[in-house]
Amino acid sequence: MNTVDVLFYLLSAFAIVSATMVLISKNPIHSVLWLILVFFAISGHYILLNAQFLAIVNIIVYAGAIMVLFLFVIMLMNIKKDAEPQKQLLVKLTGVVAAGSLLTLLIAVVKQTTQIQEKQVLLKEGSIGLIHPLGQALFTDYVIPFEISSVLFLSAMVGAVIIGKK
Amino acid sequence: MSIQYYIILCLTLFSIGVVGVLTRRNAIIVFMCIELMLNAVNLLLVAFSKMYHGAALQSAANTTAGIDAQIFVFFIMVVAAAEVSVGLAIIVMMYRNTHSVDINFLNRLKN
Repeated sequence: MNTVDVLFYLLSAFAIVSATMVLISKNPIHSVLWLILVFFAISGHYILLNAQFLAIVNIIVYAGAIMVLFLFVIMLMNIKKDAEPQKQLLVKLTGVVAAGSLLTLLIAVVKQTTQIQEKQVLLKEGSIGLIHPLGQALFTDYVIPFEISSVLFLSAMVGAVIIGKK
Repeated sequence: MSIQYYIILCLTLFSIGVVGVLTRRNAIIVFMCIELMLNAVNLLLVAFSKMYHGAALQSAANTTAGIDAQIFVFFIMVVAAAEVSVGLAIIVMMYRNTHSVDINFLNRLKN
């Protein structure tokens, strides 16, 4: 077991524990902070896969912008801790059993698929995750989707302002 | 690293997000769990792109095979950012109307 494997297992355990804490936390602010930790773990995975551009974008956009937006909204609303009543054990059990069955089924399928049994992921090598090849692909082959996404942002901004002003 | 470990990790994260969407009643937490599911899918896409790139590198030395998946992940992040801004605006509007973010109050379409 070399360093990369150790890092993979550490980051995976970190991500799964933090994601579970997002669910368990009663206080929504704690959930947001745990979710930021999940995003940092996923960025660590991106760095391990040598997708450096996506790692940085993940930290800036998700942990930096989107989660701050969530924190703003939660603090704006001043939600009480006991706002969520606790008489829903059956609902909780049903959700956990349903998602657990989904997970078990999908893992069984993955374990039995022979096509991906010996496929390996290229770790810490390969240059497609660096900013130079990605920028070249983004501004030659994908320039029209890129411009359309700016229109999407404009419409989302107008929509958010109109919904918020009512 | 085998691709199976990445698939199992991403499935676990996705299932945790599914549990959150099904069990929590706070609309903001449900929204955060949707973000968690999106991120699990992103991680799996990047892992698959590196798998494909590693296989293509053995035939050609300087190929850019697999770069499309990373562009796709970038666009998923773009769309997620737009979605979060509109969704949080809707949650704020809902809080102003009902003074709660409990999704069980959102059953007016039933009657």
